[in-house]
Amino acid sequence: MSSEETVWIFRDYLRCSGCRRCEIACSLHHEGKMWPEASRIRVFMLVPGVEIPHLCAQCHDYPCVSACPVDALSVSDETIAVLVDKDKCISCGKCIDACPGKIPFLHPGDNKAVICDLCGGDPECVKICQEARFDALVSLKERRGRENLNRQLFAQTPEQLTEDVAINIFGEKAEELI
Amino acid sequence: MPRGYAGKFLDIDLSKDKIKDTTFDDEILRNYVGGRGLAAKILWDRLGKKWEKVDPLGPENLFLALTGPLTAIHPGARICASGKSPQCNGIIGSTASAEFPSELKCAGYDGVIVSGKAKSPVYILVTDDKAEIMDAKHVWGKEAPETIKILTKEVRGLLEERNPNAGKFKDPGIIYCGPAGENRVRTAAVMMKISHAAGYGGYGAVMGSKNLKAIVAKGRKPLPDVASPGAVRLLWHEVDRQIMRRDRTWPGLWGTGYGGYTVGASSSSEPVRNWQDEWHDEKSFGGPKFDYRYWVKRYWSDFNCSGACMKLAVIKTGPYKGTFTDNPDYELEAYLGPNLGVFDPGECIYLSALVDYLGYSGINGPNTFAFAAELYQRGILTKDDLGFELKWGDVNAFEALARKIVKREGIGDVLAEGTYRAALKISEMKGVDVTKYAVHVKGVEIGAHGTRSGQDIRPAAYACSPQCGDHTSVVSDAYRDMGMVFLDSAVICSFVSGRGLLWDYYRAVTGWDTTQEEWNRTLGHRIIHIQRAALLLGGPDIVWDPAIHDDNPPRYYEPLPSGPYKGQTTDRKTVEEMKQEYYEAIGWDERGIPESEVLKKLGLEDVDKALDRLRK
Repeated sequence: MSSEETVWIFRDYLRCSGCRRCEIACSLHHEGKMWPEASRIRVFMLVPGVEIPHLCAQCHDYPCVSACPVDALSVSDETIAVLVDKDKCISCGKCIDACPGKIPFLHPGDNKAVICDLCGGDPECVKICQEARFDALVSLKERRGRENLNRQLFAQTPEQLTEDVAINIFGEKAEELI
Repeated sequence: MPRGYAGKFLDIDLSKDKIKDTTFDDEILRNYVGGRGLAAKILWDRLGKKWEKVDPLGPENLFLALTGPLTAIHPGARICASGKSPQCNGIIGSTASAEFPSELKCAGYDGVIVSGKAKSPVYILVTDDKAEIMDAKHVWGKEAPETIKILTKEVRGLLEERNPNAGKFKDPGIIYCGPAGENRVRTAAVMMKISHAAGYGGYGAVMGSKNLKAIVAKGRKPLPDVASPGAVRLLWHEVDRQIMRRDRTWPGLWGTGYGGYTVGASSSSEPVRNWQDEWHDEKSFGGPKFDYRYWVKRYWSDFNCSGACMKLAVIKTGPYKGTFTDNPDYELEAYLGPNLGVFDPGECIYLSALVDYLGYSGINGPNTFAFAAELYQRGILTKDDLGFELKWGDVNAFEALARKIVKREGIGDVLAEGTYRAALKISEMKGVDVTKYAVHVKGVEIGAHGTRSGQDIRPAAYACSPQCGDHTSVVSDAYRDMGMVFLDSAVICSFVSGRGLLWDYYRAVTGWDTTQEEWNRTLGHRIIHIQRAALLLGGPDIVWDPAIHDDNPPRYYEPLPSGPYKGQTTDRKTVEEMKQEYYEAIGWDERGIPESEVLKKLGLEDVDKALDRLRK
């Protein structure tokens, strides 16, 4: 990644197979073990066949960062990812409330906020998804400093995304299933 | 504690509302591993002494849902359902993939052992190091989509309430029985995720007999530690690369959903109209017809597997609009297609979805439907018996039949007992022998792979298997066939079991020094002997005599009526020879009973003692 560019993880819900190997790759990288519930990317399947990889969308205005009462969250200059200072985090859940997609969650082990850090710019989840040729996750290069309003559109709750994808897949039937 | 295991099992008595944790000695785990192997050991230790008297659908039976040390850590996570089988009265290890097994291990449990019977419908909720018995009256009677929807919402809501501030909770893993299991239909499967069935054995009926609608698991802990994390990490990637090096059109990856045409057309081993034929050349039933018209998602996976053998099929137009299920895979394509005289992909998907929603095994259940249809064809069952005409290819009639069996209405009550038991009963009712039309081995309806053309399953492969009609674990030489026993015990999927890397993976996870040689010659054999002993002791309603029942169904000896293998059939003499060869190789006497000496050498004195009851 050149210093002129940052990475954003594009997610194609319709291509996600639901293998959840991204969860394993993420937790191996961040936790040193296979720990799906601690993964920064979490695949929701609220309706069978509708697989929703759910991860930070790096909103241009970072509502989670401004909502944190103890300044535990900051934005990385290098990657534009949200960084969590675990020592400062008081597990209040305010970042989750502030997130339009309710994407952050509290770590199942230490109970501190968990947010995708883009693996420093070379995300493991993308690599594993590409290895399987699913291409549900793709690293997009963006010009540094450009305010991309589209990103926040992906900050939706699992329920909202499930509804959209279910309608795409099942048509009218989706209403019964969700 | 060996690595790869969460470290404990749930032991739940539903009659007494008692929940406790159970562990097994390292030695037992090293020998029996998990899944099918450990199920055999648990069942034998707890029920062996009174085996013949245990009613598989009585509270004294156990329902087991077990993982193994490789489950979730190796690609292709599965759960193994077991218990005393209401189909064969022996022990079958019946596996299926989904997210339930990883959730269970992350909750700190390697398996669930359920005994007794709840007073009213319940489900078991498993969370980190804890289990609760929950009311399930509101989901009892519900078909699969509704069951999953209600339980997913309910459990997520409960977990979010219990963990304020923690954020959104992911969906839990769920195994459940459908209405078929609730009504103790012996061809009922243990189901997950709409279409994922642990079908052989009839364990959905065992769940139902215990008033157990579902087990729901949400684990927030890591998967168990492994002995050599670095090695496991490398192997985890390498197995995936092996999968990816294969062509995406290879059926194990692409799914078996192209088989509905090819197994009939090229191998002549696909059931057609209750196995009256095994060949068809209906190109209208080809893979692309399913693929391009109905598959809205071509890569649908289970936890930790990039194999993606499932495809999401949705019918978007016409009378079956709104129907969805997976693929269907080859087995359901065959059993709800040509075997019912159905050659239209949309109709096949509709019927596949129906049996999935009702919770039938998509092999065993429709085997009985076709058996009934043949009896109708022959005028043995009539419109008076059925309440409708049951002609080949009539989708509405087969739907009516499926629902009648689930409700156990009229003749449905007879057919709910599975093909063989129904055949015995109908023979009695009608005064004519209809067992010759029953395509099963020891009460287990056979997978959609015949023996007559010589292009698929070997002639004695079903006859000697303690898994009976299970096409996934047939016997060969008492050595290579131990491979499947291992996969069912380590509880991973045979489609992605890393060529040549499996045993390294196993050792890297567990830290044990077990070799393939030791497994194939000793450890695997123990499991087979226990399964065999249970099968031969059988009861209470049916006892198998190896001289008669270690055999293919009569139909497999009729000549194939058409196709490139026309006139060919299974050779009785070959079956007999292969049987005796297998008996000798595995250590059974000429009557098929495990030899005393062999059992003692393996430390199975109690099995040997129990078999004295047969040797007299």
